[in-house]
Amino acid sequence: MLAAIGVMVLLAVAIGLVLGWSAVRFKVEGNPLAEKVDAILPQTQCGQCGYPGCRPYADAIASGEADINRCVPGGEDVVKKLADLLGVDPKPLDGALGEPKPKSVAFIDEQACIGCTLCIQACPVDAIVGAAKQMHTVIAKECTGCELCVAPCPVNCISMVPIEEDLPHWKWKHPVVMMKTVRTETRA
Amino acid sequence: MSRELFTFHGGVHPPEHKSESSGRPLHPPLLPRELVIPLRQHLGNPAKPIVEVGQRVLKGQMIGEADGYISTAVHASSSGVVTAVEMRPVPHVSRLPDLCVVIETDGQDEWIERTPLDPHAMSLADLRMHVRDLGIAGLGGAVFPSAVKLDPGAHHCPVLIINGGECEPWITCDDLLMRTRADEIMDGVAIMRHLLGSLQILVGIEENKPEAIAAMQAAAARLDFAVEVVPVPTIYPGGGAKQLIYTLTGKEVPSGKLSTDIGIQVFNVGTAQALARAVRHGEPLISRLVTVTGHVLRPQNYEVLIGTPMRVLIAEAGERDGATGVVMGGPMMGVPLASADVAVVKATNCVLVRSAELFPPLPRELPCIRCTRCADACPAALQPQELFRFAKAGDFGRAQEYHLFDCIECGCCNYVCPSHIPLVDYYRYAKSEIWAREKEKRAADLARERHEFRQFRLEREKKEKAEKLAAKTQAARAQAASAQPAESPATAPSEADARKALIAAALARAQAKKAETAPRNTEHLTPEQQRTIDEIEARRAKIRELAHQPLETEEKK
Amino acid sequence: MPAPFITGRASVTQVMGWVLIALLPGIAVYVWLFGPGILITLGMATVTALAAEAAMLKARGYPVKPFLVDLSAVVTAWLLALSLPSLAPWWLIVTGTLFAIVVAKHLYGGLGQNVFNPAMVGYAVLIVSFPVQMTQWAGPLALTGESLTLAQSAAAIFGGLPKGTLDAVTMATPLDTLRTGLLQQHTVDEVMVQPIFGQFGGTGFEWLAVAFLAGGLLMWARRIIGWQVPLAFLAGVWLTAGFLHFYDAGRFGAPWFHLFAPSVMLGAFFIATDPVSGSTTPRGRLIFGFGAGLLTIVIRTWGGFPDGVAFAILLMNVCVPLIDQYTQPPIYGATRTGKDTQK
Ligand code: SF4
Ligand code: SF4
Ligand code: SF4
Ligand code: SF4
Repeated sequence: MLAAIGVMVLLAVAIGLVLGWSAVRFKVEGNPLAEKVDAILPQTQCGQCGYPGCRPYADAIASGEADINRCVPGGEDVVKKLADLLGVDPKPLDGALGEPKPKSVAFIDEQACIGCTLCIQACPVDAIVGAAKQMHTVIAKECTGCELCVAPCPVNCISMVPIEEDLPHWKWKHPVVMMKTVRTETRA
Repeated sequence: MSRELFTFHGGVHPPEHKSESSGRPLHPPLLPRELVIPLRQHLGNPAKPIVEVGQRVLKGQMIGEADGYISTAVHASSSGVVTAVEMRPVPHVSRLPDLCVVIETDGQDEWIERTPLDPHAMSLADLRMHVRDLGIAGLGGAVFPSAVKLDPGAHHCPVLIINGGECEPWITCDDLLMRTRADEIMDGVAIMRHLLGSLQILVGIEENKPEAIAAMQAAAARLDFAVEVVPVPTIYPGGGAKQLIYTLTGKEVPSGKLSTDIGIQVFNVGTAQALARAVRHGEPLISRLVTVTGHVLRPQNYEVLIGTPMRVLIAEAGERDGATGVVMGGPMMGVPLASADVAVVKATNCVLVRSAELFPPLPRELPCIRCTRCADACPAALQPQELFRFAKAGDFGRAQEYHLFDCIECGCCNYVCPSHIPLVDYYRYAKSEIWAREKEKRAADLARERHEFRQFRLEREKKEKAEKLAAKTQAARAQAASAQPAESPATAPSEADARKALIAAALARAQAKKAETAPRNTEHLTPEQQRTIDEIEARRAKIRELAHQPLETEEKK
Repeated sequence: MPAPFITGRASVTQVMGWVLIALLPGIAVYVWLFGPGILITLGMATVTALAAEAAMLKARGYPVKPFLVDLSAVVTAWLLALSLPSLAPWWLIVTGTLFAIVVAKHLYGGLGQNVFNPAMVGYAVLIVSFPVQMTQWAGPLALTGESLTLAQSAAAIFGGLPKGTLDAVTMATPLDTLRTGLLQQHTVDEVMVQPIFGQFGGTGFEWLAVAFLAGGLLMWARRIIGWQVPLAFLAGVWLTAGFLHFYDAGRFGAPWFHLFAPSVMLGAFFIATDPVSGSTTPRGRLIFGFGAGLLTIVIRTWGGFPDGVAFAILLMNVCVPLIDQYTQPPIYGATRTGKDTQK
């Protein structure tokens, strides 16, 4: 009898220790969920999700207000990762918000630019340089392709140019698997 | 004399097919009418073009300068006129074009003035600079800039290994080089020794090249320092750097580290020879030995000017009907090319013409039966079947846990797989996908940072404005108290008006200018474009609304 | 398609073909011992398996021919047939084969995807559902004195043999005899004097085991299988049985007897070595094999079924992912990293 109680007590202590240790070991800080969500979002800052930027959308997802399928630039990939993170089923992108487009960068027609600085004010990542009445330029490396600068331009001199694949950015494609017959491939 | 050798895990014995090309002597260089010289021939930054269209260049003249530390220069392989600096097809798996200098040769093959270097009369750093500017890069296939590898840096490099393994089937150019130019190779080894301060020098040559071994041993005997020429067992990929290191020394390059971390540096025999030519004669790397073999009439080794279109070589070797493609390199790791019109580059050790008889199409792929033949054959001792499973499923994290990046893409697993799965393809795909994602992640991080900074800046500006306004109103109040008429409210709108007028003027100017140039006006928009613009507009309006709400409420408080 | 552009001669067909070839000596001995009835069983299982495989491939949208010629279905069929009693009725054979191919193989995703060994799933289902029919072993020739002709076997298999005749030719297997004997409170020695127990593994059965062993060695020589699983399996059986026998020779059979009851050899060399459902790492294979061997004896001794090989292998199949994960061998660059590099 005593032995049994002793064993139970020991067991309880041991489990308690393990639990306590793991609480310390896997301690989470701040509001990690929103941060984790934010880390998955592409940071295009385009607002297509209906929030003023990726972080606000991340906060909304973390607090359960927003659905996970609203980030158009992120595409299915982001939805899948979010679903993984949150342990929910992935769903198709919300089609009402737009179609995913090939990744592009903004390009300013420097002949036509009047230097109004409106695009600078619109750019969420300060990817446009220029000063009042000076010609403006997009720093392609920093442009996220959010298109927010296109509309404000009074002379319509900003266009979106799809990024072309070149040698340093080339990727291997997924190998073609020819296991199944064509018939089912089209069906599946 | 004999030394203890170590046997690495795995490896395969594909049919060698070396006798086809090794029997014939070296073919002297051909001078094609047009040379297409890519500026990206080595790992690291591509060379920067320093010639202009229409300029005459001499043989050996630098046409692209090294850009940064990990880079090398590129030189004209013959004299002639630069006809273009443009994107041209290059020998790369992607089949994408890259920047090349195109030279129309004038047939005179006129050398630029060459100055031999005296390695002992200059500092090692200077010597390395010269090596870089003479365009020396690893000729074994990886084309890593040699100047970088010849810099022992903080690492002490007591062991220098010269790689004469040449384990890929069909290729014999290193074999021929060792047979005919052993002394020059050894001269290059002496320069490497000087640069690296190596204490022990080993030359590993596969046993299937007895003549090369004999020639190299004879050349080694003529040196005034010790070089050990070691015959190593013939097994693919015994000539892989990591495998050769293990065979000769029994040491493994730690995962994720460089061989220099364990005090070993490895160079290809061709690199040693090119280095000797560069230092002793001041000759930049403008030619190399290339095996032209496979489905041609006369398989042979050629001395080839860099930039020579492969088609020229194949024509010389005797084109045959029924060719099904051209590969740069060997059948295990070679690069399939879109056409034979691309040029020979520093990495080209072999031009292999395929045909249906020599290289029958691989049998149909079946599912993995987990037989682990691949694991038994993997020289990196990986579990290819697991890597395959994860790569195929897109579980790149697990693939990395299973050491995806230790895979040397040798193709052994592929070769033995009874299900004929293109395993290496999956690994290359997974690796490139992981790199791309890392790049994307970095870009996203940058965007986030910049966005956050912008938020912060806007906030600060707003605060500053508010403070200014507060100060102003206070001043105005003070003025009002002293019974002066307040003017300040009027100034602000007039300022805004002035700005508006300015914009309007600029707008008019621009529109006038635009009317002259191509009109890109809203009138000519397709309904589709209009819709996207409307969408963006609507979105923006909503964002503005959303973005301003919290701030306004804050201000009200 | 990128490199490599060449491939070795190995193919799935070749691998499976060697397994079939290695089974031939066993089949020959089987015919010699129990009469040609086994050929009917084999043929029927093969036809059923191929038909089921073809139907399933078609239904799942795979091309039939390249998958049929891989012979994996035939291997499953033969392994199942050789595990069944020699006079098992035809519907038993068909049911087992169908279950093996349709459920255990294709519903799990087909070739390469099945978690469990299909043949053993078929066997397990039969022995759970039809325990009586699963004991219809023809007595070995040496004991019954007369051999069943092909016609007689066919009659037995297709149900044309009257009950009495059937009883006359069937006999309990040595394992069954031992089990029943022990249940009746006899000691091992008392049971073992019966004629069904031959020199070391049961009359007739022992030679069958030797033939399977020979086939297994052939596969090993051809590098179709590694040495780890069979050796560990046999060691597991021998050590466990030996330990128990040493502990109480009166209640537990001798290790040699257990080793040469033929299902162990078949299991060790042909069934546990199935690459798809087995472990893939060298150390993992040792664990897998040993575990299966140990469980075989445990189930034989304390379980409710006449033989334990099938269940032991199925149980170990479940553990494979776990075993594999914890037995990853060191890669190049991770084995000697700590070693002094100066010499
Ligand atoms: S839709 Fe745009 S703003 Fe919203 S999360 Fe995606 S990239 Fe960020
Ligand atoms: S430049 Fe234009 S498209 Fe690019 S990030 Fe800025 S606002 Fe977006
Ligand atoms: S060799 Fe092929 S079939 Fe065998 S385990 Fe490796 S990938 Fe799978
Ligand atoms: S390609 Fe990679 S996984 Fe395959 S054998 Fe070579 S090193 Fe191993």
